Amino acid sequence: MSLFWTIWISVITLIVVIGCAILLRLTSRNDTGVPEGEPMPHTFDGIQEMNNPLPKWWVGLFWFTIVIAVIYSFAFPTFTANYNGLLNWTSSEQSVMNPEESAELAKTSQSQYQREMNAADDKFGAVFKELAYQPSGEYKDLTLIAKDPEAVKVGQRLYLQNCAQCHGSDARGSKGFPNLTDDDWLYGGEAETIKATIMHGRNGVMAAWKDVLGGDQGVTEVASYVLQLSGRRVNAIEAQAGEEKFVICAACHGADGKGNHALGAPNLTDKIWLYGGSRKAVEDTIANGRNGVMPAWAKVLGEDKVHLISAFVYSLSQEK
Amino acid sequence: MTTATITQPDYNMKVVRQFTLTTILWGIIGMAVGVLIAAQLVWPALNFDTPWLTYSRLRPLHTNAVIFAFGTSALMATSFYVVQRTCQTRLFGGPLASIVFWGWQLVILSAVITLPLGYTTSKEYAELEWPIDLLITAVWVVYAIVFFGTMAIRKTSHIYVANWFFGAFILTVAVLHIVNSMAIPVSLGSMKSYSIYAGAVDAMVQWWYGHNAVGFLLTAGFLGMMYYFVPKQANRPVYSYRLSIVHFWALIAVYIWAGPHHLHYTALPDWAQSLGMVMSLILFAPSWGGMINGIMTLSGAWHKLRTDPILRFLVVSLSFYGMSTFEGPMMAIKTVNALSHYTDWTVGHVHSGALGWVAMVSIGAIYHLIPRLFGQQGMYSVALINLHFWMATIGTVLYIVAMWISGVMQGLMWRAVNADGTLTYTFVESLEKSYPFYTIRFFGGLVFLSGMLIMAYNTYKTITAEKGSIKPQELGE
Repeated sequence: MSLFWTIWISVITLIVVIGCAILLRLTSRNDTGVPEGEPMPHTFDGIQEMNNPLPKWWVGLFWFTIVIAVIYSFAFPTFTANYNGLLNWTSSEQSVMNPEESAELAKTSQSQYQREMNAADDKFGAVFKELAYQPSGEYKDLTLIAKDPEAVKVGQRLYLQNCAQCHGSDARGSKGFPNLTDDDWLYGGEAETIKATIMHGRNGVMAAWKDVLGGDQGVTEVASYVLQLSGRRVNAIEAQAGEEKFVICAACHGADGKGNHALGAPNLTDKIWLYGGSRKAVEDTIANGRNGVMPAWAKVLGEDKVHLISAFVYSLSQEK
Repeated sequence: MTTATITQPDYNMKVVRQFTLTTILWGIIGMAVGVLIAAQLVWPALNFDTPWLTYSRLRPLHTNAVIFAFGTSALMATSFYVVQRTCQTRLFGGPLASIVFWGWQLVILSAVITLPLGYTTSKEYAELEWPIDLLITAVWVVYAIVFFGTMAIRKTSHIYVANWFFGAFILTVAVLHIVNSMAIPVSLGSMKSYSIYAGAVDAMVQWWYGHNAVGFLLTAGFLGMMYYFVPKQANRPVYSYRLSIVHFWALIAVYIWAGPHHLHYTALPDWAQSLGMVMSLILFAPSWGGMINGIMTLSGAWHKLRTDPILRFLVVSLSFYGMSTFEGPMMAIKTVNALSHYTDWTVGHVHSGALGWVAMVSIGAIYHLIPRLFGQQGMYSVALINLHFWMATIGTVLYIVAMWISGVMQGLMWRAVNADGTLTYTFVESLEKSYPFYTIRFFGGLVFLSGMLIMAYNTYKTITAEKGSIKPQELGE
C-alpha cells in the first residue's frame, strides 16, 4: 500500500475518532446559554427541545468504546497493509498467489490461519496415523483397515466432508458421478486401485463419434446395438448395422462391450449407466462424447487421510 | 415562532397523502412476498416450478419492495410532511414533488417487473439494472431539490433535528447509490451490465453501500421520522438538544466506516476488516443516543401508553431499535461474527431492525398522519390500532426469536468437530434441524402481515368516512 493511502486512511480515521471525542467533550458541558432542564429558545411546529444534560452512563459508554477502539487499532493492523499492529497479527498470507507458494509459506507463516491449521494437524494427524499405519511404520493393508469399524468410521467422515458433494452422502453417486457401493468399477475395484484413483485423480474421456459414424443414423444404429448388449429390446436391423460400426467402439470398450479398466471404459453389458440409460441419453453420449473428471486429492488431503478414505470406499462394495 | 401562529402556510399535503397511502400498499405487497418466500423455505413446492416464482428471484423483490417501496415511501411521506411543518413553508419547486411521487412509483413498478423476470446486477439491495438505476438517480436528485429547497426557504431561524437526519439520509443515499451502481452496459439495447469494480474492491464498495443503506436509509431517515412523531404524539418536548447534536454528528461520521464488518474473514485486507470492526464498536453509543432521546421524551407522559396504541408503536419501535443497535456492534466483533456470519442470526438481526424498528415507527407515524391528512380527528378504530400493535409485536418476536435459535444452532453445528477433526454435521443436517424454526418464522411473518391488512381496513374506513365525523378516541382500560 502506498504511503499516500496509508496517510489518507489514517488521517480521516483519526479526524472521525478525535472529532467524536471533542464533540462529546463539548456537549458534556452546557455552553448553550440556557440553564439545564430548561427548553431551548426555539419551537418547531409546537415541538420544544429541552437542554437536558447527556446521561452520564451513556457518556461513559461512548468514552469506553473510543478507548477500546484506539487500543485495538494499535494492537491489530488497522490503518495500512504495511503494519501488522503491535501483536504482529495477520489472518492469512494475503499475498499468496498459488498452492506452491502457500505450501512454501506454511513452514514459516505465523498467520492465524496457519497456526490453526498446524494446531489441527498436530492434534488430529496422530489420530489418522494411528489408524492408517502398522507399528513398523508402513501403511496397514487397506483390506485390513476396511474390517476395522473405528477406521472405517473415520474414513466415512472424511468422505462425507470431501467426497459427498459429488458422490452423494450415501455414496450412490448421481449422473456423471459413479456409484461407489456397487461392484461396477470404471478403473478397477481393487483396494490399491481405488487409492490410486483418489490420490492422483482420473480423466475419463469418451470422444464424440457423430461425424465418424456418419451422422444421426449411425448414432441411432450404434445406440441400438449398445442397448441390445444389456438385454434391451431394440430394432434388430438397426442393431445389426450398429454391430458393424461397433468395431470402432471395441478399441476401448472391448469386442464384447465389457469395458476396460485400464482405460476407464465402462462395461456396456450391465444395466449401470453413468450418464443415463435412456435411448436419448445413450445417443447423446455416443454423438457428443463425455468428459468425466475425478480430481487428485494427494496434495489436498495428504496420503494418510486418502488411505483411510480408500479403505472406507473399498468397504462399501464388500459388505454383502 | 411568531409567524407560525398567525397564518398557516398553504402546505402541499397532496404528495404526503399519496406517499402515505402507497406506503401501506407497498408494505402489504412487500411483506406478502416475504411471507411467500418464508413459506417456500418450509414447503419448497410453493414455487410451482415456475421460474419467476422461485425463491432466488422473489427474495430480491421482497427486499427491494420493503426497503425501497414501503420504507422509502414512508420516508418520503414523512420527510415532506415534517419539512413543511417544521420550516413553516410550502414544499419548494411546485410540480417537482409530483414528479418525485410518480417517478418513484415508476421505479417500483420497474422493480416489480424486472426482478421476477430475472434481471439482476447480483449486488444485494442494489439488484436493479442500469436503466432503472439511472431513473432512481434522476428521481432522487429531484427529491433532494424539493427537500433542500424547502429548507432553504424556511420561515424558522433554526433547522429542526428531524430535518438534519432526513437531509443526511437524502444526501448520503444519493452518493451511495451512484458510486455502487457504476456499471458498463453490455450494449445500449441490453438490460445487462457489469460493475466497474472487480474482486475485493467490488465487495468492499458493495458493502460500503449495503451497510450504509441500513445506516442512512433505515436508521438516519427513520430517526428523522422519530424526532418529529414521538414528541408530537406524546405532546412532550424532545429530551435533550445537546444529545441530539452529538449523536447526529457521531452517527453520520462513524456509520460510513462500518461496512467492512460484512466481510470479516474474507479476501478483504486485514486492515480494512479491523477498521470496520472498531468503527462498528464506536457506533454503539451514537446509535443509542437516538433511542435515549426518543424514550426519555416520554418523561412525564408514560401514562399515555395505557390509552394510546400509536404511542405504543413508537416506543416499542425505539426499544427494537436499541436492541438491534446493540446486537449490530456485537455481531461486528470478529470473534462473534465467526459464529454468526452466514447463519439465520443475521436474518433475525435484520428483521428486528426491519420489522421492529423501521416498520413499527412508520406504522406509528402513519396512524398519526392519516387523520390529519384526511380531515379527521382520529382513526376509525383505536381498538383496531391496538390489535395491530399486538399482532406486529408478536409477529416480530416470533420471527426474531426463531431466527436467533436457528442461527446460533447453525453456527454451532457448522463448527462442531469429531475427535478426528472432521465435521460432526453435514450442511444438510443443519438445514433439517432449521425446519421447525422456519415454520415459526413463517407464522411470525404471517401475523405481522395480517396486522398490515387490519391497518389497510382501518385506513379505508377513516378516509371514506364523512370529513370531520370521526372524533378522538382513547383505548378503554
